[in-house]
Amino acid sequence: MITQLVAQTVVNGINVGALYGLAAVGLSLTFGVMKILNIAHGEFLMVGGYLAFWLLTLRGIDPFVSVPLVAVAVFLLGMICYRFLFAGIARFEEETKVKNSLLVGFGLFLIVPQIARLLWTADVRSITPKYSGESFPLLNVRIAYVPLGGLLIAVVVILALHLLLTKTYFGKSVRGTSENWKAAKLMGINVDRTYLFTFAIGTGLAGVSGVLVGLTQALTPDIGMEWTLKALIVVVLAGIGSVGGAFFAGIILGVVEAAGAIFMGPYAVALGLVIFLLILMLRPQGLFGNE
Amino acid sequence: MNRKTSSLSMGKLFSISGIIVVLLALIPLLTGRTDVITWFTFTLMYVTLSQSWNIIGGYTGQQNLGHAAFFGIGALTARYLWLFGMPLPLALLAGSLAAAAFAIIIGFPAFRLKGVYFVIGTLVLAEILRIVFDTLLPRASVLPSRLLNVYSLTPRYYLNLIIAVLAIGCVYWISRSKFGLGLMSIRENVDAAEASGVNTQKYKLLAFLLSTFMSGLAGGTYAYYASAAQPGYLFSAVWTFDAVIIAFVGGVGTILGPVIGSVFFVLIQQLLSLYLPGGIHVLVFGILFILVVLFLPGGLIGLWKKITGPDSKNGGGRIDSRD
Repeated sequence: MITQLVAQTVVNGINVGALYGLAAVGLSLTFGVMKILNIAHGEFLMVGGYLAFWLLTLRGIDPFVSVPLVAVAVFLLGMICYRFLFAGIARFEEETKVKNSLLVGFGLFLIVPQIARLLWTADVRSITPKYSGESFPLLNVRIAYVPLGGLLIAVVVILALHLLLTKTYFGKSVRGTSENWKAAKLMGINVDRTYLFTFAIGTGLAGVSGVLVGLTQALTPDIGMEWTLKALIVVVLAGIGSVGGAFFAGIILGVVEAAGAIFMGPYAVALGLVIFLLILMLRPQGLFGNE
Repeated sequence: MNRKTSSLSMGKLFSISGIIVVLLALIPLLTGRTDVITWFTFTLMYVTLSQSWNIIGGYTGQQNLGHAAFFGIGALTARYLWLFGMPLPLALLAGSLAAAAFAIIIGFPAFRLKGVYFVIGTLVLAEILRIVFDTLLPRASVLPSRLLNVYSLTPRYYLNLIIAVLAIGCVYWISRSKFGLGLMSIRENVDAAEASGVNTQKYKLLAFLLSTFMSGLAGGTYAYYASAAQPGYLFSAVWTFDAVIIAFVGGVGTILGPVIGSVFFVLIQQLLSLYLPGGIHVLVFGILFILVVLFLPGGLIGLWKKITGPDSKNGGGRIDSRD
């Protein structure tokens, strides 16, 4: 009985944790490469979730099919936002850039939920295809199809991102720019374009996680901040800029929260935040970072 | 740099402010409309709240996004002490002291965090408190009928007026004192400030104490105003965000900026709520906020000064280095 509980908790934790990881990877990428902390990351996630909701209810498109569509849509949205809001800031020196980008993200965080409220009302929505809620047993543990699919998508997307960053010329330019943008520019890398695509990839990843969030949890216009915080916790746990680390840190956070929820109920979320503050104070390079 | 923020002479400035305060004090006598008095009450509360943020975020340059934590602590403490029978002024003082005491506890570790980490840390801190109090005290605190039966807006209005005037006075003092110069030097360049003999850690902490004390006071006035209050809501990030956007849109790091921002905020809120669903003012203010951050670092005050006289130098609040 108790082993079953433990196993079920771990499975649930991994399912949620994969979402945390996926949400965090995009944030980690933009923060690591551009030194811009996009506080509105969770807003892009929320928009992604609502787009998938729209596609399902208006067009009947299966949410798993709509993942690439939403990814492209939010990618483009991110491009537009970057071009008009962040591009001017990216030129400043480090400290100014961090502060001003934070403030712009903060402004987006105020605006986007209001627009979402106009478009989709404040009602709680969720993406429910016919098969949601169905599950199969595996060694005493019930595995639901939808979170399993989400986990698979998260793994595939992160592997693809990893390959993109390590095996392609674009990935090389991203890594070069993140280490030293001036040197990268001298080597003939188009830093502006690299920033633009990095930011848009970050938001696109947020959009994909939004679809998966909508499949398993409630969608409201106000979930953005919650998910930004979650992603931030994971990024700090993993160490900034560590893409693979972010995914595993997400799973750790998911399992810890799921276990904490059994003993602490609603305080589990607060527990995650307290852990986060402690790490921020005591080990700012993250659990997996080494400096 | 604030020595000549205004081309007006000091005497004129004081008499104008005095006249405005007297006019404000007369408002409850002139009108019996509760909605009008409520707007003014809220405007004044926003003045206090945004001025309190202005001290730490505007003058000292530490973007504290956990301001709601101190507002909430002040509000909750004052509310419960007041409802348990403590005289209101003492309850307000206790609330502010509680907020400042909490600031002492978290100030030392928080200021070890630099730049963006300070911002994230403070944001998360307020969120932790919100979750804890939402869970701990899930039920709204409603005024008992003995107080509801005699509820009147007028004392609430005057309380907010007095505290807002004190808050503006405090920021005025900061802007002209050696202490304030120290704070501004921290904002412009911490290392240079340290090198020229400013004890930056001590100054930051003092600014933080002052800011949180004032924020707790604003919370206390809200606790006195609200006939029903959800404890978790008192810690809601909304209080931080309102303070930040008001300060920025008005003109961050100036004395009058938060005042003008508050008037503008409540005005837009009320005007828009006549025609559009609630919350649209946040949309409008969010857009204004982004525009200010990107194009108009001095806020409305800065705009006004640009229009009236190109030679009067904008008082500060610039957090970019474009000049």
